[in-house]
Amino acid sequence: MMTNHGNRITQGQFSFLPDLTDDQITLQIKYALQNGWAVNVEYTDDPHPRNTYWEMFGMPMFDLKDPAGILMEINECRKTFPNYYVRVTAFDSTRGWETPRMSFIVNRPEKEPGYRLIREERDGRCMGYTIVAYSTDRPEGERYS
Amino acid sequence: MSKSETLTNSKERYAAGVIPYKKMGYWEPSYEPKDTDIIALFRITPQKGVDPEEAAAAVAGESSTATWTVVWTDRLTACELYRAKAYRVDPVPNTGEGTDMDAQYFAYIAYDIDLFEPGSIANLTASIIGNVFGFKAVKALRLEDMRMPVAYLKTFQGPATGVVVERERLDKFGRPLLGATTKPKLGLSGRNYGRVVYEALKGGLDFVKDDENINSQPFMHWRDRFLYVMEAVNKASAATGEVKGHYLNITAGTMDEMIERAEFAKSLGSVIIMIDLVIGYTAIQTMAKWARNNDMILHLHRAGNSTYSRQKNHGMNFRVICKWMRMAGVDHIHAGTVVGKLEGDPRMIKGFYDTLREPDTPMSLENGLFFNQDWASLNKVMPVASGGIHAGQMHQLIHYLGEDVVLQFGGGTIGHPQGIQQGAVANRVALETMIQARNEGRDYLKEGPEILQKAAKWCSPLQAALDTWKDITFNYESTDTADFVPTETASA
Repeated sequence: MMTNHGNRITQGQFSFLPDLTDDQITLQIKYALQNGWAVNVEYTDDPHPRNTYWEMFGMPMFDLKDPAGILMEINECRKTFPNYYVRVTAFDSTRGWETPRMSFIVNRPEKEPGYRLIREERDGRCMGYTIVAYSTDRPEGERYS
Repeated sequence: MSKSETLTNSKERYAAGVIPYKKMGYWEPSYEPKDTDIIALFRITPQKGVDPEEAAAAVAGESSTATWTVVWTDRLTACELYRAKAYRVDPVPNTGEGTDMDAQYFAYIAYDIDLFEPGSIANLTASIIGNVFGFKAVKALRLEDMRMPVAYLKTFQGPATGVVVERERLDKFGRPLLGATTKPKLGLSGRNYGRVVYEALKGGLDFVKDDENINSQPFMHWRDRFLYVMEAVNKASAATGEVKGHYLNITAGTMDEMIERAEFAKSLGSVIIMIDLVIGYTAIQTMAKWARNNDMILHLHRAGNSTYSRQKNHGMNFRVICKWMRMAGVDHIHAGTVVGKLEGDPRMIKGFYDTLREPDTPMSLENGLFFNQDWASLNKVMPVASGGIHAGQMHQLIHYLGEDVVLQFGGGTIGHPQGIQQGAVANRVALETMIQARNEGRDYLKEGPEILQKAAKWCSPLQAALDTWKDITFNYESTDTADFVPTETASA
């Protein structure tokens, strides 16, 4: 079990808050749309902090401007991958940004075992550190069953 | 507007002896700056009896080609091009007659781009803030702002990483980053120091920071600090699943030692290193290039700046340091908090933050920006707010400073009554709650205290933080304030 606050992975904007309700998620989507950002839904069963490329649940919704429609996509992803991490990102394509401007987790596996810290002892007292998610000891698709 | 008094007859102009700077060609009121000119705006307090235009011409002369007397060797050069030209002098509002202050003037001076070496802050500053600041004809002198031409900016690397790539590397979007400076700033051993770092990061901060004067002292030598800190960073990262960092201060007595420390930080897997402003412009630029080449974020602590930026009549405004540092290539710079313990008028701080973060900044006298400035695609610098801030001010901090900022709660984390981890939790919960409220379209500045109280109902560390620091504010007058206030236009 993870021993940090909330006993869970704290990636994303809102991991220290109680899980967002559908209404709260909708308000965040509205904020993204007001700013002209494209909402994207992604999922993974590899929560390594440097796992950048979560699987895309369809394409970023560049043309979908209806928060209810986007929430449906999010819920569809949660239904399809109930025991995965699911995150919502909002992408800003304006010049000088061209990067995500929001990212928050909306679904988690029931149990989050966390990470092992591997220390590789090197010369002197130097240490090489590797972080491995316990879940990724098992193959993709079988990690949080 | 007065006319040019430049002597046009060569015989008179180059006769041996002393003539006023105005007559030498350093005052050209009809001059129109070229797009490629560098423009400096000085606040001049002339000595009694010195005409302000002559004082401006003298500043132009002394910061470019002039010396105290006429020299015939000017005639071996394209001297008219190389002479800086004062072209505008405006009285500073609320100074001079009828006030208790000496008369001050804003002098606009244009410099041809070829006066400066490409890509060298040291060369630029040797002219602009060189001898001229000790010049007797002016009682006091302050560099208020500069307009950097795109052509000149393109000779600088700019921030090694920039806000966009820093966020991508850290995988942190949509909220300010959270940091803390390890306290006490001096005296902890490496082992104890790492303890503070671990607790704060595990609790929910993104960064912890060395203080400006933590280098390599008898109580903690630098290698020991680096080793313990990186143990703390990695352990906290494994405990939370987030990328974490600690600004390892590599400031040292020589460049060689600084590079050695930076290399060691890199070998241990640190994502960020730190330098102090006092190492000097060339050292800063050297480390910025090193950081770009080594995928390292570069944090700058502005140690020393208040010795010359705080008083309004002499020295230089911090906005100029912001410009130079964006050019020099740092990724983070301390730029004020508005609400904390250190100097900072809200409008002036907005000017600093805009200068660091925006792709271009329009002229805005009320925010202290005297020129339109196109940043020529130089990366954005992440401002850092540090010094006397706490969770109870979260709504104000987000309102004044925005989202792309590192909020550093040193005492506000480490001084928490329930411990460091709980202090970090309080800050992170306050932050996420306020960002959520802002995004939901609430009037979070007004409702801020209420929003925080509501979150404190389910987060006892936040309640404890609010209770501990509820009455702490630093309401002192700022010394560096705007000379211009926005005026309401009468509408019919």
